[in-house]
Formats: sequence, structure tokens, C-alpha cells
Amino acid sequence: MKEPNSNDDKIRFSRRGFIKTAGPTATAVMAGNVDQASAEMERERAEKPLGPGPVAIELNVNGTVHKVSVEPRITLLDVLRNELDLTGAKEVCDRAQCGACTVLLDDEPVNACMMLAVAVQGRKIRTIEGISPNGKMNKLQEEFVKHDAMMCGFCTPGFVTSLTNLLETVPTATDEQIMKACSGHLCRCGTYPHILKAARAAAGRTEVPS
Amino acid sequence: MSGWPENPKYLGKRTLRVDGKEKVTGQAKYTYDQHPKGMLYGMILRSKWAAARVNAVDLSPALKIPGVKAAIVIDKTPRDIRFYGQEIAAVAAETPEIAEEAIRAILVDATPNPFVVTPEESLKEGAPSVFRNRQNVSTAKTRTKKNASQGLADAAAVAEVMVSTQVCVHHPLETHGNVIDWSTGDEMTVWASTQAISSVRRGLAKPLGIQQNKVRVISEFMGGGFGAKFQAGVEGVACAKLSKEAGAPVKLMLSRFDNHHSVGNRPCTYQHIKIGADKNGKLTGFISKGFGSAGYASGGETAGGGGGAGFPSPYVYDVDNVESSQVGVAINAGSARAFRAPAHPPACFGMEAAMDALAEKLEMDPVEFRKKNTGHEVRLGQFDIASEKFGWKQKYKKPGTSKGVVKTGIGCTTGEWGGGGKGSQAEVEISSDGTVEVRCGTQDLGTATKTSIAVVAAETLGLRPSDISPKLGDTRYPPSGGSGGSTTSPSVCPAIKVACDNALEELKEVSGMANVTGANWKKACAKIGPDPLVVQGKWREGLSGRGTAGVQMAEVEVDTETGFIKVKKIVLVQDCGLLVNLQTAESQTNGGVIMGISYALYEERVMDEQTGVSLNPNFETYKLPTLADMPEIGLTLQSMPERGVIGIGEPVTVPTAAAIANAVSNAIGARITSLPITPAKVLDALNGETPAVEKLAWDRVASLTTHGDFINLDKQEWIA
Repeated sequence: MKEPNSNDDKIRFSRRGFIKTAGPTATAVMAGNVDQASAEMERERAEKPLGPGPVAIELNVNGTVHKVSVEPRITLLDVLRNELDLTGAKEVCDRAQCGACTVLLDDEPVNACMMLAVAVQGRKIRTIEGISPNGKMNKLQEEFVKHDAMMCGFCTPGFVTSLTNLLETVPTATDEQIMKACSGHLCRCGTYPHILKAARAAAGRTEVPS
Repeated sequence: MSGWPENPKYLGKRTLRVDGKEKVTGQAKYTYDQHPKGMLYGMILRSKWAAARVNAVDLSPALKIPGVKAAIVIDKTPRDIRFYGQEIAAVAAETPEIAEEAIRAILVDATPNPFVVTPEESLKEGAPSVFRNRQNVSTAKTRTKKNASQGLADAAAVAEVMVSTQVCVHHPLETHGNVIDWSTGDEMTVWASTQAISSVRRGLAKPLGIQQNKVRVISEFMGGGFGAKFQAGVEGVACAKLSKEAGAPVKLMLSRFDNHHSVGNRPCTYQHIKIGADKNGKLTGFISKGFGSAGYASGGETAGGGGGAGFPSPYVYDVDNVESSQVGVAINAGSARAFRAPAHPPACFGMEAAMDALAEKLEMDPVEFRKKNTGHEVRLGQFDIASEKFGWKQKYKKPGTSKGVVKTGIGCTTGEWGGGGKGSQAEVEISSDGTVEVRCGTQDLGTATKTSIAVVAAETLGLRPSDISPKLGDTRYPPSGGSGGSTTSPSVCPAIKVACDNALEELKEVSGMANVTGANWKKACAKIGPDPLVVQGKWREGLSGRGTAGVQMAEVEVDTETGFIKVKKIVLVQDCGLLVNLQTAESQTNGGVIMGISYALYEERVMDEQTGVSLNPNFETYKLPTLADMPEIGLTLQSMPERGVIGIGEPVTVPTAAAIANAVSNAIGARITSLPITPAKVLDALNGETPAVEKLAWDRVASLTTHGDFINLDKQEWIA
């Protein structure tokens, strides 16, 4: 999971990004340099005059630019689910612990519950719906069905999204890479063994080492 | 017997999950994904006190906020609050953010009361009362059989163990909740994340004063339940009220935090067991004292429903002389609910710890010792099959004899479950083009019920599963009851078969053909006419069975420097009755084992005695295993078609945790007495620390459990 690209000058902040910028400010205050800290905060406010009311934003989701009006505090996940009716990404923990809300942001998996919608304008967002246009399955998804790598299915789109990204980058991913890609994902029904089998098969390995 | 085909084409074979594609592409629409036009977002205000008297609730500040469309008080005041997170009020607003602001604006006038959140504290004299004018400890439930004291006196060896198990929260990934449209105040449409659409309908109709036939409950896809989702719940009734008041559909899904506190858990248990055997290893006597807590209502007659704090003790093994006594202890925490095989995993952990301790005293092989104490033929065979597959004889070492820093150990346990079918109904619709829709008002928890419907219908009608359009999760379909107790398959599958058999008879009549299946199918169906043939069927005795046995073995590695445990291997042998679909049965069985691993090593609701708050209400602190924590899992699913269909969702999770605990004890040479087995507990055991459970006031427990209603073992019902 990667932080938003920092050398892009578009307005963006995530909850984690906020903590990162708040850190130096707090340090400056502790160091007694109050003037510097307040000047910094003033500058930040001047730079980011968004909200609290709704702002018009454009989101590039699955190759289509959507215009929506949302408050700056709204997460990408809520916009996808509540405004665009893209409900494949799920809300489960709402704090980046389970991976059910995973989407690809500029081809990197991120927890959509931790991204503010206003901060991802101009970025390429790809959801499970974009991974399976018109319901067409990729090889990994076909292997998921073949190996029954799901039960209730609530965590499934998240796993598929992260693993699709892995296999697009590393088509012959190793077990270690598969496990790493799944490390931010929780399944409560216990589908892990079949997920591993499906991912191995999609990576071109049918022989299962014990 | 059984009435099922002797040489099935699909039953017991592999059929792919019929809705797999919808799930992997994100197209499956769950309750959480519903968004009827004009929908509002509901939210619940919860108590921040573990115990309080709520004097008054003022909703007016919330209602003044623009975008707030309705607000209700959950219960009339004054009222008592008995746990942190209990529901006080609810709102519906245009956005989730406005709803959250509205929740914060509600004024609650309350007087905090003293509270107690752990059963250890609640047992003590002078502990705060959870219910006024009622003691926290229930009447003892005691089972006696012959003479337990004499049985122990006659024993060649007696083992004594004290163990405890933790409170676990179901935490299905889709939280509890509903989307309800009662905007007209007349008919109501409910999308519910539920294990029982039928009981949600009843549960909404009664308190809301609406006729059941005006309530339609839909649950085509649901994101897990594990026993916690049978009822309409406080949140369901509140959602309906908000919808009516606002005149708009309302979505009220609980947050993860809400889910942790208020919609069920697996009760904790504390067990003090003395068990004896003669020199041949035959059990002679068993005495246990125990208690547990099902939350605030524990001690009440129906606390926790099927998920109450009582547990079967002794468990599974044959012993003639028994005295077993338990009490339920109320605490200020959310009420328990049935949790996958209620009461069995903790009972198995206590019993199997005692069995291992006794085997050690007798210097007998743990598997051989177990085999001497069960007359159950299927189980006896399972011990042998599991030993063979696992390599028990080659791997077994005496406790504590593993060399090196990272020690290995193995453990063996067994469990049982009832399951069995009940009166499910189904209907089959055959159209003149030969297409088939099969409808049943059950629900698919992820257990592949929809696929089972297709398999049974295809088998019976002589078609392929892909030719069948299975429908479920709607109260407009024939009723089928709740999905719990591993009863879904044994209830639904017979009903589907009977309906299909009936449909074939009718088709013969309509078409005038003696043989309507196979090559004749299309021709026969063409004679149906413009309106499809719709035929019903009902579950009948003989097609399903009940009672299962299972044996599991575990191999672990324990790092004695860090206390870290790695489960290397689990071998499972499970009696499945007639297997419906091997493909999805394997998934469900893996799931049971993994939930058992989680119970053994990770999960635990932690309560803070100072504040009455649970300290770990989300997944960064309520630990669940990940893919990387998985051991090798070897499954042997025994198909016994002559027994009919038997559910296996629950039995497969029962023995796992106990097997892992025994394996850890075997590795380190010190008994593991408490779940979850954290690294800290391993290090404490290695350092010879007295386990917390042994420091309990067991004398007081004994005094509390010795007076009460003595109930004959054979008449005692322990599990709902």
C-alpha cells in the first residue's frame, strides 16, 4: 500500500497524509518556534480553502470521468459506493485493517476508506467493476471460481483487486509475493487456502508444493 | 435407505458455486449495497456508560440540524442501561456525516451506575448488581450420574485441570443491518443481512404492529453471520420506525464498533475438572465445576438463547460416574448469541485438556487412551484414519521432550454435533421451453446453499446444475426457517428433492408421457402450455439425518524464546452424511478449521474493568488470522449417503482449538490452560507461573454450584 505520489502538485490529503503534515508543525511548536508553526498553518489554510460545504470534483474511475459534488471530508469509498453505485468495494472496518475496500490508485492498491475523494482527483482509480468490465472475468477471477476461493464473498472483491494488481505486475508471482499481496486482507469465513490455490493457478502453477 | 439416488451424477461430486462469478466481479448486491431511490442513512446513539439510569433523552437538537429527517428514542425513559454500547436513540439523515452530527447533538440525561464487566469480579460478594434486586449468579445447573466421588476414588490415576476460554465476537465482515422501505406506512420491504428472513419478518411485524403478510424480507447475498444474525434486532426495528417517520427508505448498517458491542458473542467459560481412569485407561469418574458469562442477561433463563453460557461437561467420552455443575454469571456487557457450534469448542477444550493430562499420568498414548473411552464406531475409525494421514505414531513424543529452542508438538481431539433437518418447503417452476426455476425461502450465508439447490434439483430432474435457476432469500418463496445449527442443508435439500419428484409426476401427467427426463425432457415440457407448471414439495423424514463425529490432529512449532506459535498442520476427519457438494463442503470445512485456529491463538474481547469499555472493538486489536498464518490443512470428508443429508458447518470447527492447545502443551511440557494461547501465556507456562485460572476463588465457585436444581443427566438439554 503506497502513499499518494508526493511530487504531484494536485491537492490531496489522506487521513495519514494529514498526520504526516501535522507532525512537523507539532514538532515546531514543541521546539518553541511558535511563529514558524503558526505561519505554516496559515499558509496551509490559504492553500487549501476547501469545505466544509460540498465541492465539485472530478474523479477518473474505470476510465470514465465522473463529476460529483462532495464535502471534502468524504472518503473515496463513500463516493464510489454512495454516489457512483460502485458497490464492489466494501466497507467492513473503516480503518484500513481488512482490505475489503481495496481499489487501485494509479495501479497501486489502496484502502479507499482511508482516502479522501477530493485528494484523488486527476488520479487513475480502478475498482473491481473496472477489473471486470461488463462482468467479464480475468484469469485470476476464473481461478477463484474454479477453486471456490470464496464463501460469503464480502472480502472477495478486495482480494481479487490486490491479486489482480500483483499478477499484472508479476505474472508468475511466488507464494511469498501472493501472501504479501494478501497481507492487508481479512476473510472471516476462512477461504485463505483456496485463495492461495487460485492465485497460484493464475500465476501459472498448478503443482502445489506442500 | 435414505431415498437418495444410489449412483448420483452430481451429489457428492464437484459443482462450482453458481454465484461465484457475481461474487468475484463485485456484482453481487448485499444488503449493505442496496440503495433505493431517496434513501436516507440511519445511525444509532449508543451508551457510553457500562451501567446507567437514563432519565430523559432530548432529540430536538438533532432534529434541528438540516438534513436530519427522523429521530427516535429506542426505549421509553426512565430505563436502565446494562452495557457500554447499548442502544439509546437513532436518527435518519441525508448523508452518513449528517447522521453522525445528529447523533452527537442528542442530549441524554443519565446517572451512571456501578458496573462489573468480568465474571471473576462479578462472582465476588458485594459486586455491583447487573440487575437491581437480582444476584449476578444464576441457579446452579447440575448433572449427576451414579457416584462421581466413588469413581474418582476407584481410579488408578486422577488428573485435575483448571482452564478458561475467552469471549469471542462473531464479526461477520458485513455488519448487521438493514435497508428498509416503509415510507408509505403500509407494506414494508426489508433488505436484511440475516441468517433467517422468516424470523426477521416476525421480529419486525410484532413490535411494529404490522401484519406479517405486509412485510417482505430479502437477503439474496449476505456477508456472514456465524450465529449472530437470526433476529430483526434493535437496529432492525429502529430502521423501520425511522423509515416510516421520514417517509423514505433508510439504510441502517452497524459500524464495526457497534458490531463488537451489541450483537452477540461466544460466552467465556471457566472449568475446574477432575477426571480419573483405571489402570487400563478406562474412565471411572468425572467431576467438574464451572461458570461462564453470556453477558448482561447471563443468569436469566434464556440468556444468549442457543448461545448461553452452559456447556456440555463431560464432553463426548463415555464415563459412568459424573457430577458436573455450572452457573451463569451476569456482567455489564453485550449479550451472547449462538456462535458456530455454541458451547462445543470450549467444552472440547476443557475435556481434551483433562484427557491429555490423564493420559500423561497413565503414561499412555493420547490417541490410544481416547479410543478406550468411546464406543462410537465412526469416531473409533476416525482416530485410525487421522493417525494414518497425520503420521501420529511416527510424530508422537512425550510432553516436553522436543529438543531445541523451537519445539514441536502434536495434539488430538474429537467433537460432535447434531445438525439434522426440519420442515423446509420449496417449489419448482417448469416452463414450456424446458427451463427450471427452483424457489426456497432459505438464505445463503456463504455456505453455497444456492448451489446445493441447483445440485439437488439437477440430480432429481435429470438436468445439469447450470440448467437450474435457483432462487432464495425472499419471504415470497416457500418458507424454510433459519440457517443455524447446521440444519440448512438437511432441511433444504430434502424439500428440493421432494418438490422435484412431485414436479416430475405432474409433468408425466400433463405431457401424457411415461418418461419425461433425459432426451424426453424438452418434448414433455413443450406440452406444458402457456403457463408454467408450478409444483411444491416439503421436507420429509428419511432424506436427512443427524449426529456427526469428527477427529482432528494438530502439529505446532513453539518458539520458546518468544512464545510464538506456528500451526504447521491440521488433519481433519469428518463424518458428513450424504455429501451434497464436495467442492463447497471443502471450503466450509477449511473455514471451520481456520475459525478454530483463530479461537485457539488470536481472538479475545478484552474488557477494561476501570471503564467498562471493550478495548479492542476493531481488527487492529481484535486479531484474526491472515493467509500467511495458514497451516497445511488435510481434509478427509467421509460421505455416508445412507444417513441422508447432515449439516457440517459447525462440527468442523469444534475440535481445532483443543487440538492446537494440546499440541502446544505437548511441545513445551507445560499445560496450556487458557485461550487464546498468546505468546505471553506460553512464556508464563514455560516459566512455571501459576496460571490466572488457578488463582480464581474456586472454593466460592464450588459453594455456588453445589446448591441448586439437580437435574438428571439424561433429561438435561444443554444445547438449543
